Amino acid sequence: MTEELIIAGFGGQGVLSMGKILAYSGIMQNQEVSWMPSYGPEMRGGTANVTIIVSDERISSPILTIFDSAIILNQQSMDKFETSVRPGGTLLYDPNGITRHPKRTDINIYQIEAARLASEMGNTKIFNMVVLGAYLQIKPVVKMENVILGLKKSLPERYHKLIPLNEDAINAGLKNVIAVQELH
Amino acid sequence: MSELKLMKGNEALAEAVIRAGADAYFGYPITPQSEVIEYLMAEKPHERTGMVVLQAESEIAAINMVYGAAGSGKKVMTSSSSPGISLKQEGISYIAGAELPCLYANVVRGGPGLGTIQPSQADYFQSTKGGGHGDYRQIVLAPASVQEMADFVKDGFELAFKYRIPVLILSDGVIGQMMEKVELFDPIPRLTDEEIKEKYPWATTGKKSGTERRIITSLDLDSHKMEQHNLKLQAKYNEITEKEVRYELLDCDDAEYLFVAYGSSARIAQKAVKLARAKGIKAGLFRLITLFPFPTVKMREMCGKGIKGFLAVEMSSGQMVEDVQLAVNGCSKVAHFGRFGGVVHTPEEVLEALEQKIIGG
Repeated sequence: MTEELIIAGFGGQGVLSMGKILAYSGIMQNQEVSWMPSYGPEMRGGTANVTIIVSDERISSPILTIFDSAIILNQQSMDKFETSVRPGGTLLYDPNGITRHPKRTDINIYQIEAARLASEMGNTKIFNMVVLGAYLQIKPVVKMENVILGLKKSLPERYHKLIPLNEDAINAGLKNVIAVQELH
Repeated sequence: MSELKLMKGNEALAEAVIRAGADAYFGYPITPQSEVIEYLMAEKPHERTGMVVLQAESEIAAINMVYGAAGSGKKVMTSSSSPGISLKQEGISYIAGAELPCLYANVVRGGPGLGTIQPSQADYFQSTKGGGHGDYRQIVLAPASVQEMADFVKDGFELAFKYRIPVLILSDGVIGQMMEKVELFDPIPRLTDEEIKEKYPWATTGKKSGTERRIITSLDLDSHKMEQHNLKLQAKYNEITEKEVRYELLDCDDAEYLFVAYGSSARIAQKAVKLARAKGIKAGLFRLITLFPFPTVKMREMCGKGIKGFLAVEMSSGQMVEDVQLAVNGCSKVAHFGRFGGVVHTPEEVLEALEQKIIGG
């Protein structure tokens, strides 16, 4: 199994940390992982993306242009990465703030209203965990028990009290993901 | 087995410096390697091992602190990115001339000049052909993973002390910034002052009455003596060329075409091998681990085994390709491909270059 994923959105949405938790979850189940951020003069509100690879084999290029899956969290990223999903691949997005929805007919498309759900749960910071839950519902590349271990590993100990809240957020994502288009 | 961690290449390198039993790190921040000094400052190695971490007033100060500490037999390191490494070249030439051991890392960014902060491999000439002035060489290790960023610190210090030579870990923004799984080696204790005195008879550890003065210098105004000194250096470089070449061959057994690459380009080329094989093209990867010494003998031998062409893949306008041409020496086709100035090539572009420049060219 190899999953090549890009997560793209605004800086401050938790794009990089979502990737880090996913990568740590992969390590917890003995897989090879890579986490390659776009780095540069980026800031809160600017665009941010990270390429994550989780695989049973040694990982070759950490930098890719075509992905099995894309998680897209703002319009700029939709414009840039909709075309980067391989045919038959998967695109997951939050429709919040999206004016030009994906048009591809050769990929699976899913929506998660993560911004709304996080806000209803009273903490917009768990937005990224709602998205992660939705992604894992569609693509269970890592087991939930390993995601919890991954969370523990990537969060500093003083935040471990927030793990149950993060779990709730992941579960909200799992339950609320909507299939827009599924290939058969 | 120690615990598996998810770390950035720069962080793994920094942690490895502490574990390698280093006495000191002198640095100055610059993107994309600032995590090295950030990690070391946060980790407070002084409390763990007694290791000193100091942010110098400039790159030039840092390399000269390395020169001084190395002269007293200490295990010492600095790191920077391309423009900062250029500033250090005078010091490196002096360290090479004075035959002192040290380790330094360059997390390369695009140039020339201040260039860009994005990844590049355009410092190959600087790293392997000199950089500073004079007839000197240094051992250059090119990590292609976060694991190697850690492991090569340990190996680099060993080589530096074995040959009393500067050793360079030549990385780039991709390897420095990405996170991967890493298994860290067990900590090596720092040497005590007594152990340094015993192990390194060349080190300036304080003259006692009745003992000879130990002089560390790169200067000798008698040119005949300087020629002898140079011959001694050359003999050392020849020994290194004979004994310390490292490389990795991937999918080369039945290969007709080889990518030659190091560092992040080797990772990208590895993916290009997979894409090529999926199309029925028998491609393989000759991954350089040491850039000096260059695996000339092995490359020539591969050429004799019927390789139809070599594509040098590097994020530069064509630097390493010159060494590939010298190794292959006309017995097979050689071409270069690479994006540069901070642009990273894709596996698809690398494969296309093989098809156009080698197979179809």
